[in-house]
Amino acid sequence: MKRDLELSVFDIIGPVMIGPSSSHTAGAVRLGNLARCILGKKPLQARIGLHGSFRDTGKGHGTDKALVAGLLGFHPDDKRIPNAFDLTDGMEVEFFDPELDKTAHPNTVVFNLTSESEKIVLKGASLGGGAIIVDRIDDFPVEITGEYPSLLTVHKDRPGIIQAVSKVLASYSINIAFMKVFRISKGKRALMLIETDQCVPSVAQEEILVQKDIEWVRFVDKISL
Amino acid sequence: MSFTSVKELIDQAIENKMSVAEVVLKNESEDLGVDVDSLRQNMQERISIMRDSMEKGLKEEQISPSGLTDGKAFAYEKWRVKNDESLYGKVIARALAVAEVNACMGLIVAAPTAGSCGVLPAVLLTYAEEYHLENRLVDAFFTAGAVGVIIAKNASISGAEGGCQAECGSASAMAAAGLVELEKDRLSPLLLDPVIAMSLQNVLGLVCDPVAGLVEVPCVTRNVMAAVNALSCFTMVKAGLSTPILADETIRAMKEVGDALPDSLKETAKGGIANTPTAKKIASTFLK
Repeated sequence: MKRDLELSVFDIIGPVMIGPSSSHTAGAVRLGNLARCILGKKPLQARIGLHGSFRDTGKGHGTDKALVAGLLGFHPDDKRIPNAFDLTDGMEVEFFDPELDKTAHPNTVVFNLTSESEKIVLKGASLGGGAIIVDRIDDFPVEITGEYPSLLTVHKDRPGIIQAVSKVLASYSINIAFMKVFRISKGKRALMLIETDQCVPSVAQEEILVQKDIEWVRFVDKISL
Repeated sequence: MSFTSVKELIDQAIENKMSVAEVVLKNESEDLGVDVDSLRQNMQERISIMRDSMEKGLKEEQISPSGLTDGKAFAYEKWRVKNDESLYGKVIARALAVAEVNACMGLIVAAPTAGSCGVLPAVLLTYAEEYHLENRLVDAFFTAGAVGVIIAKNASISGAEGGCQAECGSASAMAAAGLVELEKDRLSPLLLDPVIAMSLQNVLGLVCDPVAGLVEVPCVTRNVMAAVNALSCFTMVKAGLSTPILADETIRAMKEVGDALPDSLKETAKGGIANTPTAKKIASTFLK
């Protein structure tokens, strides 16, 4: 759910979605979608771990189909969602129990995704009403909600990187709404999440990628509901 | 939308000699930076989707993977056309229809949630059709939506937070408010207050106890309860009845009740109907 002041009538008479549940179906589609965007393309292989209520009641809610539909790039109102398993077009799908502890949100999913060029592990949860969060990318703790366009970078944790990236963004007139840096330990690799008011075009992403000590860049647009 | 209380909404309408929907549309237009016509168009599209889901549920038998949804709307409609031409009969059939389409992974409009999506279309579309008020439907949905926003800000519209009173209960109050808007030529915006209050008071404490955690039993038939409750409260208020505790205080009471409900009765499928031996048996058969 959005912050109180931002609530609109269309948040209440909406979303338009495939049933039966905003958290277990619509939210699951969005999680799949967000995961696909972070990987940067449709996965060749998707191992999907279902935890808690997602594992226990997911079948009846179509959570499995919804997550796969999201990975295929469908949106929550796509009538193809119930048939997602027939539309994978070569994407291998496998489900597993991620064996998370009880502190994990009851609607948690873990994605192990593989594309031609990379492998990525993501963890996220459906928070209710279609709101979602991705809280881990590989070893980095993050907080990505899909509410804003987001730029992600993985880089060496050293002074000057943030400035270099924000300089490129400024040159494309992109305004930064929120920014956070997550790191595992000082001086090693860090992940930066920049939520923006505008889309970050691919030329800008390439320009950021060639900056010194930046090893990975990804842009994730707002994930519609 | 900037309104945080029902009173504020009604006061604005009275003060400016506008309908509640006009007040809401003006406010949303300023807030979202979108013109009023586009907002209306957007709502019209949502209403069309509601209508489609209603017709689908009546014409095609809806059977879910669990079997808990077993074509109730289809069966009821077959019986109804021979036995019951009343407004209530139609509302029952349509609430079942939309709620079943939702349970079977059909396209619906959450209002305010997916689990309670049958209430608003059943009540507002049927009433508008019956009394030839279709040209006021879009406005009715804006008023209903505004009431939903106010409930979400002051209490909750989520079963996991507030129990079913937050989902079907809110839908009921929203639908009743929408009816006042439909009849705005005859009714004052002041009546919004008692219809919301009464329809919420009737369902305060309603728990969320879905069998096997699925949005099917008792959710589908609870949509009917909420729809009929909206219609009954609206009719009572139209006839001049009221309640001493009005909408904003009732919404606060709803929040208090929701907070007091144990977790077992808030969408966890650990209490109520979900905790009966038969429900547990259904859950273990289907989920294994």
